[in-house]
Amino acid sequence: MDAVAHAPAVEHGPNLRQRLAARGFDAVTLLAIPAAVFSLLLFVYPFAFGFVLSFEPKAGGDWLANYRRFFSDPFLYETIAKTLWLAIPVTLVNLLLAIPIAFRVRLMRNQRLLTTLLVLPITLGTVLVAEGLLNYLGPQGWFNRTLMTIGLISQPLKLVHNYWGVFASLVITGFPFTFLLTLSYVTGIDPALEQAAATLGASAWQRFRHVYLPLLMPGLAITFCLSFVQAFSVFPSAVLLGEPGGATRVISIVAAQAAFEEYDYSMGSAIAMIMGFVQLGIVVAVLASRGLFYRGPASGAKG
Amino acid sequence: MIRDTTIGAKLWAAAVWATVGFFILNLLAMIATVVTSSFATRWLGTWLPAGWTTRWYTSAWSEFQLWDVLIVTFQVIGAVVFISGVLGVTAAYALARRDFPGKRLLVLLFLLPLLIPPMTFGIPLATVLYQTGLAGTFWGVVAANLVPTVPFVILVMIPFIEQIDPKVEAAARVFGANTFKLFLYVLLPLLLPGILAALLLVLVRTIAMFELTFLVAGPTSQTLVVALYYAVFAAGVRAVQSIDAMAVIYMVTTLIWLIIALRFVNPTQIVTRAKQQPAH
Repeated sequence: MDAVAHAPAVEHGPNLRQRLAARGFDAVTLLAIPAAVFSLLLFVYPFAFGFVLSFEPKAGGDWLANYRRFFSDPFLYETIAKTLWLAIPVTLVNLLLAIPIAFRVRLMRNQRLLTTLLVLPITLGTVLVAEGLLNYLGPQGWFNRTLMTIGLISQPLKLVHNYWGVFASLVITGFPFTFLLTLSYVTGIDPALEQAAATLGASAWQRFRHVYLPLLMPGLAITFCLSFVQAFSVFPSAVLLGEPGGATRVISIVAAQAAFEEYDYSMGSAIAMIMGFVQLGIVVAVLASRGLFYRGPASGAKG
Repeated sequence: MIRDTTIGAKLWAAAVWATVGFFILNLLAMIATVVTSSFATRWLGTWLPAGWTTRWYTSAWSEFQLWDVLIVTFQVIGAVVFISGVLGVTAAYALARRDFPGKRLLVLLFLLPLLIPPMTFGIPLATVLYQTGLAGTFWGVVAANLVPTVPFVILVMIPFIEQIDPKVEAAARVFGANTFKLFLYVLLPLLLPGILAALLLVLVRTIAMFELTFLVAGPTSQTLVVALYYAVFAAGVRAVQSIDAMAVIYMVTTLIWLIIALRFVNPTQIVTRAKQQPAH
């Protein structure tokens, strides 16, 4: 098939163009250049620029001054712990809810209505969810009102402008994302494997624990990573729905403030780099532990 | 499929469905709160507002200069959709049809902007755009929004192009089609459903893309979602209902395109970017 598209070899020895084409470089390959140049200019270059800039403090001082300032000021370095304290529980809650629901939804014949409802919060975005939750979870909102009518609580719960407001918004926007990713992994496993286990007398829990879970583990690790980095970079809901000066002073708020309110781009870049490294660290840790689990085909075919 | 019929299994299924129901109920109630409030005259401490009115829409329209904001929003989205389509489809064609050294590296380069959250790469990107003077302008906002959308189009289009048999193109060549004719009469009609799906997804994502636009937008290059953020941020300056009216206008703008997009794509494609594994 490829021989047709490539230039045919000629008898008097291939020239440079033909040799390049044989390795896959011809006019068609060049079509990738504009997008590659674009990504290099607007993605790789800014990262490299920001990395170098973070070592050139605005206020002078030696090259590590920004990082030293970050790790010596509790108002700055505590944001890492605060963000992790928000992102890790949210990601775990989302993942632990998504797994049983995905196993149930997998059996449904018509998933379209459910998936459509679930992409709503993703499509609407974090700003609108924050705006909606401000009313809905507020002291006079329908949520508190319903709980008080049922008689579960006597005083309205304080759910906005604190940790729980941001938590709720991260569940509303994060759960559908985690769920749809998990669902695509769960449906990728051949049901014949489960049927074989059931034929051999495995109970529902045993089938999940010994057949599905090992096969799902790599996918769940990736889902965890993707959901975690999204939650870790929470910004609009932490400002609007949280307590941006206190419990939900997350690392992106500090980075944006340094860069665009104090106009210290060097410090802003340093914080963005720290943010990237924390995300990278967690992702590498999770993916490294993935090696401990089964990796192999998830289909039931012979061989 | 195996269906358990024991009491325990039924209880478990009921618990799972109750969780799904609780989630969706809260989601819809949250949206309903915004819509109700936007039509409310006065709504304090009761289940429903004291009366209904539409005047918040006219006041939001003029207070937030929504006409200007909407025009900017659609200009930004139009430019982003067009440029990411041109850059993305050509690159996807090269990646789908040729194997060359460094291809895996190139795919990784296109994968990273989708995996790294916008807030992380947005701050260095905005810094560079501020130094070149592009930030705050229309094209600065477009450039920032293109960073995740070009790779998105590439990764959606690669499997789509791979499934078109290269023999069809070879046959067109044999019959004397030049590259332009080949593209116009053979490739474009075959690729159109895929391009349409990818670009609709880009459109829906760009309307809701807050972080990148927020970091680089100036006062005249704000999109609707950034304007909404500033309105909520400065809550107290204006009536809550006015902000809610603006939120409803934003929701309608997004949902119209979502409904159009859902006619052509599977909802899960909005989340999982690359090739879907076929369900067994």
